Amino acid sequence: MSADTLATARPAVELEGITKRFPGVVANHDICITVQPGTVHAIVGENGAGKSTLMKILYGMQKPDEGTIKINGTEVSFRTPSDAIEVGIGMVHQHFMLADNFTVLENIVLGAEPKRAGRLDTASARRRIIELAETHGLRVDPDKLVEDLGVGDRQRVEILKVLYRGARILILDEPTAVLVPQEVDELFQNLRELKAEGLTVIFISHKLDEVLGIADAITVIRRGTTVASVDPREVTARQLAELMVGSELPTAETRDSTVTDTVALRVSHLTVEADGHHPPPKGVGFAGYAARLREEGKRLLLDDVTFQVRKGEILGIAGVEGNGQSELIEAIMGIRPAHGLVELDGRDISHWSTLKRREAGIGYIPEDRHRQGLLLEASLWENRVLGHQTRKPARRGIWVDRKASKADTQRIIEAYDVRTPSVETLALALSGGNQQKLIVGREMSGDPAFLIAAHPTRGVDVGAQAAIWDHLRNARAAGLAVLLISADLDELIGLSDCIQVIYRGRLVAALDPCEITPEQLGGYMTGAIAGNEEK
Amino acid sequence: MPAGLNRALLTVVGAAVAVVLAIAVCSVAIVVAGGSPIDALAAFFDFGESARAQSNSVATLLNRAVPLFIAGLAVAVGFRMNLFNIGVEGQYRIAAICAAFVGSTFTAPAPIQITVIILVAAAVGGLYALIPAVMKVTRGVNEVISTIMLNYIAIALSAYLLREPFAGERAEGQLNTTTPPLPESGMFPDLNFVFEWFGMLPPTRNGGLWGFLLVAVVLGVVIWVVLERTRFGFNIKASGLNGPAALASGVNPKTMIIAAMMLSGGIAGLIGLPEILGDRGAYTNNFTAGLGFLGIAVALLGRNKPVGIAFAALLFAFLDRAQGALQFADIPASVVTIIQGAIVLLVVVANEVTNRIALRIEERRAAQQLGRNTPVEVAA
Repeated sequence: MSADTLATARPAVELEGITKRFPGVVANHDICITVQPGTVHAIVGENGAGKSTLMKILYGMQKPDEGTIKINGTEVSFRTPSDAIEVGIGMVHQHFMLADNFTVLENIVLGAEPKRAGRLDTASARRRIIELAETHGLRVDPDKLVEDLGVGDRQRVEILKVLYRGARILILDEPTAVLVPQEVDELFQNLRELKAEGLTVIFISHKLDEVLGIADAITVIRRGTTVASVDPREVTARQLAELMVGSELPTAETRDSTVTDTVALRVSHLTVEADGHHPPPKGVGFAGYAARLREEGKRLLLDDVTFQVRKGEILGIAGVEGNGQSELIEAIMGIRPAHGLVELDGRDISHWSTLKRREAGIGYIPEDRHRQGLLLEASLWENRVLGHQTRKPARRGIWVDRKASKADTQRIIEAYDVRTPSVETLALALSGGNQQKLIVGREMSGDPAFLIAAHPTRGVDVGAQAAIWDHLRNARAAGLAVLLISADLDELIGLSDCIQVIYRGRLVAALDPCEITPEQLGGYMTGAIAGNEEK
Repeated sequence: MPAGLNRALLTVVGAAVAVVLAIAVCSVAIVVAGGSPIDALAAFFDFGESARAQSNSVATLLNRAVPLFIAGLAVAVGFRMNLFNIGVEGQYRIAAICAAFVGSTFTAPAPIQITVIILVAAAVGGLYALIPAVMKVTRGVNEVISTIMLNYIAIALSAYLLREPFAGERAEGQLNTTTPPLPESGMFPDLNFVFEWFGMLPPTRNGGLWGFLLVAVVLGVVIWVVLERTRFGFNIKASGLNGPAALASGVNPKTMIIAAMMLSGGIAGLIGLPEILGDRGAYTNNFTAGLGFLGIAVALLGRNKPVGIAFAALLFAFLDRAQGALQFADIPASVVTIIQGAIVLLVVVANEVTNRIALRIEERRAAQQLGRNTPVEVAA
């Protein structure tokens, strides 16, 4: 950044000592960021590092517990997003918030309609929009319906929407996540023009190559706090990745291999279509159908994924979120229809229901415990029953065996150190770590043959994390096959016997965790390093 | 205090506050309408002068509560898993006319006759509810829309059936069309003897105290057991609390929708039977309508729990009974409807408030008992 020219200007945004606590966790902790006006400032960090919470605070959607926010040198305190809009902050959300059946113009003015004699003043709105679009190089046709627009155009509409409200500071939350490379280039061109007009852009991302391409300054967030502010011209993607994931190696790793020769789970040519599952047409067979989809250039959420997990092995799947991990898990669990073969202990389970798969011994620690793992408004023992409705100890004929379930919940509480007043406590009263320990305990019950552990330590405190890691290691030593999906690279490297990298729905590399560093892994995950080096 | 008792107590307090507030709201309405709230309150508790009138009033109250209770149960089964069966109205009407007609076509010993009638009613109601269920699981049709539409069809269809295929003989000078009368063995024995236990005269109006009350009580217990103790009930609860989690736990949502909808419809089928088997002995064109819609309010009020629904049904019946007495006191009878509406609204609000309070208390208790609630620094 050209410090000499900007030295006199007051920073557009100054965050100091921002701390935000949620029950049981600290999402942000002593965050300090200074954004100079007329720059593109990137905030990078892993999923769950606390970027989104921070932006919600800056946009007035959440109040910080501690710390100050200064906009253009004046201290502010936002109660709602309208307060933030008032001082010229605009947010472009990752998921577009547009009404499909409205025109571009209608969407832009929605909520801030210019009125004349009580009626919508279309003419003046159109004039302003065209003017804004021209000065900032954001081409859109104001009379087109939003449903007819492509993703890139929609994003421009979103940007115009905030500009229309007079924003001088734009927050873009993962704007490139939904764009194809050409659209990314266009977006960056737009951002440069905005910058030239003197606007300030805060750009949130975890795609390092993009960040390096556009940003004037970069702030790295890790585990809820700012760890570094760097100049993009002086860092490489690898150094940035290192800052993002933290270079300290995981503690207490086990390297005595317990991997056996027996394959517990084998997945072959698993393929999931993006636009809904279609059975392959008659006579074409699945392989031919998948090949045809590929030829037609259809987007595939999972593309010919093949791997196996042996008893006593932890297979780690590394990847930036949204590259097919969720689809892979759901396909194995039978929640999402997929093409290809899934075999458990040599039996083809591809056509089994979720229930049957669970009964056959697949345990599942879901990536989002509140969504898929818990009944928050039910007691702990009822949560113990969940997923085990048809098995001992929860089942007694057509009845739920309450006594046995409660007793077994007590066992989990003791064995897994779940801190709770009683088995009758509602699940929502527990902290994230204790909820997760309960889920881990539940999924380890009933001798699973294979366990899916998706982000098993996400959002849990350090103590619980270590405990969960220990349980996974012990289970592995006892012969359990585990598929570990995680965004925490230390966790992946520390626990896995083998790591596969998933990128855009494909397994692109098989790596040996003994020889890889988090930085290298980050390179594979973001597509910066391609190919399959260490098999 | 155990957590469960705590929650229950809060619920009761919340409901009581809501009822008191509703009475306050209605007092205003009564004053505006030119009446006196004190007179109105007196009218609600005015069960009549003579001993016979008092017995009749009590019987009317209970007779009204029974179908409301069954309707509330029917709606609650769906509500428990976020399935909005608005079609209870249509299901019970079509079930009632079919059951009344089938019951009139043969004569068997009373237990068999009545059992057959009950089974026919439940089956017809369940099958009629199967239509929206199948539409939902195969084509994704929203059950609210489809059940509302099916209500119109059911109402028109039962009017047609009453006129043509299922019509009985109409006596000279009679304006009502009815299905053929049930044989004596199809009538459910009354419970008038209960009044004698309390030293009261047996009621005489509308067939006395309908014996179907017993069936309703048994039904309530059975539904409670099914919902609270069986694996099926657990799956319903899980699906209602968190659909994605239920799915991930191996519950098949399609099966659950079909089963819950048919159970709901099957119960709905019984709503009309107390009246037919207790009093009229046939389905007539002045058969009580609107019970299905009232059932929605009763289920809401009773928080979808059988015990709560029983209290809610009694409260609604208590208010309904006063309609005549209110008119004698020169107060518009629609005050009752205002009170009912106000109660439902306020109770829904009170439920939400008490729920939050209960959850907060629970969180605090958990945190206290753990001794420490120091947040640990982690990635959220």
